[in-house]
Amino acid sequence: MSNPDPISVFRTEAAELLEQIESGLLDLTRNLADRDQVDAVFRGLHTLKGSGAMFGFDALAAFTHHCETAFDRVRKGEVPATHELVSAVLSAQDHMRALLETPNGDHDAVSAALLENLQRAVDGAGASPAAAIDATGASAGAEGMLREWRISFCLPTNAMVNGTNPLALLDELRALGECRIVADTSAVPPLEALDPREIHLAWTVTLKTAHGRSEIEDVFIFVMDEMTLEITETGAETPRASATVVPAAKPVSIVPADPGQSAGTADAKQAKPASAENVRVPAERLDEMMDRVGELVIAQSRLTQLAGADADLGLRSVSEEIERLSGELRDTMMVLRMMPVASLFSRFRRLVHDLSRETGKEIELITEGESTEVDKTVIDRLADPLVHLVRNSIDHGLETPDDRVAAGKPPKGRVVLSAHQTGGEVIITIKDDGRGINRERVRAKAEASGLVQPGVALTDQELLQLIFQPGFSTAQQVTNLSGRGVGMDVVKKTVEALRGTIDITSRPGEGSEVALRIPLTLAIIDGLLVRVGRGRYVIPLSAVEECLELSIEEDLRSRGRSFISLRDSLVPFLRLRELFRTGTQPDPYQKVVVISTGTERVGLVVDQIIGDHQTVIKSMSKLHHDVVTFSGATILGDGSVALILDVAHLVAAGQQQEAQLRAAG
Amino acid sequence: MSGVALRTDNQTIWGKDEELSVLTFSLNGETFAIEATVVQEILDLLPETPVPGSMPFVASVINFRGKVIPLADIRLAFGMEVSEATIDSRIVVIELELDGEATLIGIRTDRVYEVTSLPRTASEPPPSVGMRWRADYIDCLVKRGGEFIILPNLNAIFVSQGDRVGSVVANS
Repeated sequence: MSNPDPISVFRTEAAELLEQIESGLLDLTRNLADRDQVDAVFRGLHTLKGSGAMFGFDALAAFTHHCETAFDRVRKGEVPATHELVSAVLSAQDHMRALLETPNGDHDAVSAALLENLQRAVDGAGASPAAAIDATGASAGAEGMLREWRISFCLPTNAMVNGTNPLALLDELRALGECRIVADTSAVPPLEALDPREIHLAWTVTLKTAHGRSEIEDVFIFVMDEMTLEITETGAETPRASATVVPAAKPVSIVPADPGQSAGTADAKQAKPASAENVRVPAERLDEMMDRVGELVIAQSRLTQLAGADADLGLRSVSEEIERLSGELRDTMMVLRMMPVASLFSRFRRLVHDLSRETGKEIELITEGESTEVDKTVIDRLADPLVHLVRNSIDHGLETPDDRVAAGKPPKGRVVLSAHQTGGEVIITIKDDGRGINRERVRAKAEASGLVQPGVALTDQELLQLIFQPGFSTAQQVTNLSGRGVGMDVVKKTVEALRGTIDITSRPGEGSEVALRIPLTLAIIDGLLVRVGRGRYVIPLSAVEECLELSIEEDLRSRGRSFISLRDSLVPFLRLRELFRTGTQPDPYQKVVVISTGTERVGLVVDQIIGDHQTVIKSMSKLHHDVVTFSGATILGDGSVALILDVAHLVAAGQQQEAQLRAAG
Repeated sequence: MSGVALRTDNQTIWGKDEELSVLTFSLNGETFAIEATVVQEILDLLPETPVPGSMPFVASVINFRGKVIPLADIRLAFGMEVSEATIDSRIVVIELELDGEATLIGIRTDRVYEVTSLPRTASEPPPSVGMRWRADYIDCLVKRGGEFIILPNLNAIFVSQGDRVGSVVANS
């Protein structure tokens, strides 16, 4: 029961997306020329469409598709963003909310009206604002609509022996909305003939809910085969009038709709509310608690220092006790935020199934390492990028069965989704055995769109990384799946926001593998504390490959060209003392810390390596957002602040320096 | 959100009241005042951590109760010389809304005087000519005794310093 219902997860996500779209649109009304907002709204619509289709909200996906197309034209500059267009999409967005809440409701008329409105706005015919307001009103009406259902059901007499609990079913119905439950006792035998293990009751429930038929049927999903079930819609929002519809069966007990009773349904199939064993806590509270724990860890290390300097044995033992407790508290806190990636992977079965049908490719999805645990934020934010990556693998990577057989492969394509933990990182890989990435096509496309100058030499990795550039897509035509060139740059942005990196490997004819390396937790990292001049800095330990001494000869020799040779390969290095303009004399024995992001390495010359240090990450204020060398700050045991180096940025800077030197020499 | 809009509307800072409660402090011999409601705390000097590559105006960060906050020197916004810290130097921690986000900022001062109220009648807008400083960085001047007390427009200062590097994106 620990895995939340994917449908409800999607609803929460979609609600968030709609909010983002709304705020983007509202920002747009203030400044129509804001390209970032146009892109943001477009991405929101694209994601909503994609995940909507994935969870079977087909009406929503189809409707959103039209809005997305309209916005795509704005994005490409074919159509200017006008107030009419924005307000048309705004009212369309309200309608999406209705489609999300009652996917099976009758929305066709409203949808058509809104799309017509949208089309008018795109065509520039100038849809009157009144029409937009009308449409909003209409969809708002549909959204809050409660419908009344009559559900009559009768379980087989041996149902309880098989583990079915009729009370739990009734509780689930109550969770859907206001219920009137009438039991039909006409079939109950006289007491002497009654077997307490048998059911002779039948129920008629009058339910008022905004949910559709399928949600109601879902309640009975496990028992539906043996039972008799009749669900009829008796009308919309006709309060109490339906009381007369209740059949004339002897009403013996009218069970009041009591939400308190539903606490006992934990063992039944979970409907909407969370079961009693799990507590839902807003993520901010966890973050707040994480902050407190972080401060406690800092205070504790100060206490340890003080106690160490004091001879008082009592103080020392208390200090040690607190050290142990705060360490445990921190570990517990970290575990609280961890979730198995299974909840992430499980969504993909449906996606792969649908894609397989749509593309006519035979696909086998294999998932590995589902029990690997990651920070909850990571799971939430990785969901969309993974959808894009899996879609890409299937759409671009895998061949059709005929092509596969011709290439000597089994007709069934294979997509492997796996997760494993190494050190402070989780590596999530998406691997397919398709045709691999066509480098010539990537290159041609990049040159055509001006991302790369023709004739510039690129390493294989650089070439492959091009597919993460905004607006890049090698698909010849826009399909429902991919090919708009939005997906991959979103993937990269999201992964980088999580302080992660992406590696791609691809062999022609054998397939591609995309590996996302994400830090295990976002709040605390293990760092290597170093000193540069008088300042102390933290290098994320997960990025550190090795530390070595910069010999005087090497130091002198490398004055001009800043390379060290490391086991037969040249590694560019950056002198942090120069980069940070410390204005101090270098220490006689400088050290080089070699850091890497996956495949690329760069050395950082520091004055002293102090040691490893567990670090609570504090973000820097807006006033320091222009400083790209640092990804954050942390507070050391003595209360002073140390800055955390941004590895990805430094590696990029080092590679750039290398490229410049190579070009010069 | 725009700091400039705040400045031209001289009523904003005074509101409906005839008096404004402020904290007065000194910078290079001039008396400045900050609205008391934005002041969080007055600190003795703390160990500072320089941030290489940042604007000189916010060249370092400090640890304020477990939070890492920027330490700003508004002397640089007014083109004043930066003097050495003395035994009287203090850090005034204020909370400002930057880009819609409440942000704690430490401000260096040479000396903190007192919390006092300034009468509205003594205030006048910054003269548009004949002043050494950028007029839009000043909310108003208040005459008291023989001297003027400067009420800096902190929003304008921090938003424009942020804009200069293009990091604070104005929503307007």
